[in-house]
Amino acid sequence: MKSAKKLAYLGMTAAILTGAAFTASAAEPVAKEDLKVGIIYIGDEQEGYTYAHMLGIEGMKEALGLEDDQVIEIFNIPEDETCAEKAMDLADQGCQIVFANSFGHEDYMIEAAEQYPDVQFCHATGYQAALSGLENMHNYFTAVYESRYVSGVVAGMKLAEMEANGQFKEENYAEDGSIKIGYVGAYSYAEVISGYTSFLLGLRSEFPNVTMEVKYTGSWADQALEKETADALIADGCALISQHADTTGAATACEAAGVPHVGYNVGMLDVAPTCHLTSASIKWAPYYTYAAQCILDGETIDTDWCQGYDQGAVWITDLGESVAEGTQEKVEDTWNAITEGLLHVFDTSTWTVNGETITSTADLEGFNGIEYINEDGYFMESEIGSAPAFSFVIDGVVELNQVF
Amino acid sequence: MNGKSAAKEPFARVVRRDELPLWRRLGIRVIAAGLSLIVCALFIFLVTRSNPAAVYKSLVDGAVGTSRRTWSTLRDTAILLSIALAITPAFKMRFWNIGAEGQILVGGIATAAVMRYCGGISPFLLFVAIIAASLAAGMLWGLVPAVFKAIWGTNETLFTLMMNYIAIQLTSFFSIVWEAKKGSGTIGTINSDTKAGWISTSFMEGLFGKSNYSIIVLLVLLLTIGMYIYLKYTKHGYEISLVGESTNTARYAGVNVRLVTIRTMALSGAICGLTGFFMVSGSSHTISTSTAGGRGFTAIIVSWLAKFNPFIMIIVSFFLSFMSNGAIQIASEFKLNESASEVITGIILFFILGSEFFVNYRVILGRHHDKNESSTGKEGQA
Repeated sequence: MKSAKKLAYLGMTAAILTGAAFTASAAEPVAKEDLKVGIIYIGDEQEGYTYAHMLGIEGMKEALGLEDDQVIEIFNIPEDETCAEKAMDLADQGCQIVFANSFGHEDYMIEAAEQYPDVQFCHATGYQAALSGLENMHNYFTAVYESRYVSGVVAGMKLAEMEANGQFKEENYAEDGSIKIGYVGAYSYAEVISGYTSFLLGLRSEFPNVTMEVKYTGSWADQALEKETADALIADGCALISQHADTTGAATACEAAGVPHVGYNVGMLDVAPTCHLTSASIKWAPYYTYAAQCILDGETIDTDWCQGYDQGAVWITDLGESVAEGTQEKVEDTWNAITEGLLHVFDTSTWTVNGETITSTADLEGFNGIEYINEDGYFMESEIGSAPAFSFVIDGVVELNQVF
Repeated sequence: MNGKSAAKEPFARVVRRDELPLWRRLGIRVIAAGLSLIVCALFIFLVTRSNPAAVYKSLVDGAVGTSRRTWSTLRDTAILLSIALAITPAFKMRFWNIGAEGQILVGGIATAAVMRYCGGISPFLLFVAIIAASLAAGMLWGLVPAVFKAIWGTNETLFTLMMNYIAIQLTSFFSIVWEAKKGSGTIGTINSDTKAGWISTSFMEGLFGKSNYSIIVLLVLLLTIGMYIYLKYTKHGYEISLVGESTNTARYAGVNVRLVTIRTMALSGAICGLTGFFMVSGSSHTISTSTAGGRGFTAIIVSWLAKFNPFIMIIVSFFLSFMSNGAIQIASEFKLNESASEVITGIILFFILGSEFFVNYRVILGRHHDKNESSTGKEGQA
């Protein structure tokens, strides 16, 4: 009954968002050997975020048994009109489906989608597919907050172990007696805020008494700056560092200072063998496989797609040697609890803003009148639109700067 | 100087040529272009082990393989040509305007601003406002270094270069002020719903296909003819070449050098600004620091290679655009990084620019005394 209610609720919000419910117009199925897939990357294999997408495309190719020449990959496309041109060029080359992986590509994908109504355009991390009203425009993302939460659990257990062993130093304590931890973020907007909040909530489920200092670099990938930022946080007394930026800069700083570290995207044991605990990570293959399969079957692709651990779309990388005892078991329990719906990452009973519990977002600034908090009392992250929407700076977080 | 008595014979010497007949000048350039293609093929072969013939097929395919690609190449040609036309009067009077990048960007910012803030007014008025704003912005960016040069004799090369950085920073600034979504740092497509201020070519769709840039191409062609007439048949054009040859001669001839410098740079900057309008209204519908994309510098090559002749600039800019669009296709078809296309474009430019050396000079190996002497004689005459 509950789930039926939830469905009805979601349907309603989707209808509000789009103005009208879509009529599913299933296209003709496409034979496997005729399928052509195009993808536009912001970077190349040198850059972790794009590399993860490349692995996803590779996984899709294997899962569907596609030949090399059925997939056209275009690298290093900036967030400008080049993207529109490439997307349309891919359509000209016969691609039935075109992906783009960077936030700033979205407008240009929409432009291409308007021009080529018979080709499906899918954009990662974006938010405008439903708003655009175009049937062939889609957004996708993953429930990366689940993996952040679990990586937070790993971090919390480590802190609990450090406390039990009396390893905290005087500088690790904040004025209110809590333990300081640090977070190297890229930019101060929803994607990053949602990420560090889920990390912190996971951490607090194991070790409640912490204050998290967040410092932004203003860049997605700047090795030197991320290292510098982590160094500054460590110098400030942070007992553990996590990150939402793409390089191993923070891991390097942590290894040098002997501070535990939780990463992002890829495991970082090679640069921080003694200090790295794990990384929250995304697997894109489930989506790419799903979307391409839809083309083969002639089915409509979800306008907003966001899946998590139960679809294999998120995971945490191999645990390092320095994790606390029993971490592996706890990690599995947490995954199970999330999958079974027993645990909701953004449960409103676990966090407050200015001392108050948030019960509704409809009237709050920045949420466009949309209610994200449901009857079960949790913030429905990535359920209404696939892109992250959680943008509360909760109690226990201290932003040292802001970079938009 | 007698070569025979010299104890040490230089291995080779370089001698300035007389003006070569047209067919030989063309011949040298064609050979250079051919050589560059061979070296590119070698490069591609070494990294991909693919058949060079297939590589050239994909080069042509990338530049003119589909109607869209042909129009992209034509658009890139028009834009490059337009910038080359803009800087030519300045260069002809030996004012080294390397600030085209900046002048384009401010023209683009002005265009974007009018599109954003006045999108609601009637299309005719909107375009008048956009064109006026882009011309004015580019002109201002060109005037500042010109005035400083004319009055205080500042170095225009450094000045225009530094104006580029200011323009780039301004663009970054507006990218944040006008950003589509907080934190994205990009403006995104301007007026994507109303398409106000977009140069629409849909009425030509039947003739040229969906994505045609016919209006920009036509406007730049008109500009080319206009610039040719301006430089060759007007008093202004004559004054420009006088100042370029010698400011003292120009002064004796009664030319107001300051006025010509300022006026010419105003024109140069204004056309760059107008090019910013072509880019923003006509093709990208957004502005970012990558909008000019180094074309303000490539245009210098175009202008020089064409010896300031607007019609030859058409050929040069088409060749460069053709090659660079083709190179991008090579890179993606053979699974190379996009940087590979830059390597290919670099090789081509190297040979084309290198060929200029052989058009103007010849190399004489040490032992050919007779020829050597006769040609030094020629050099004396020249």
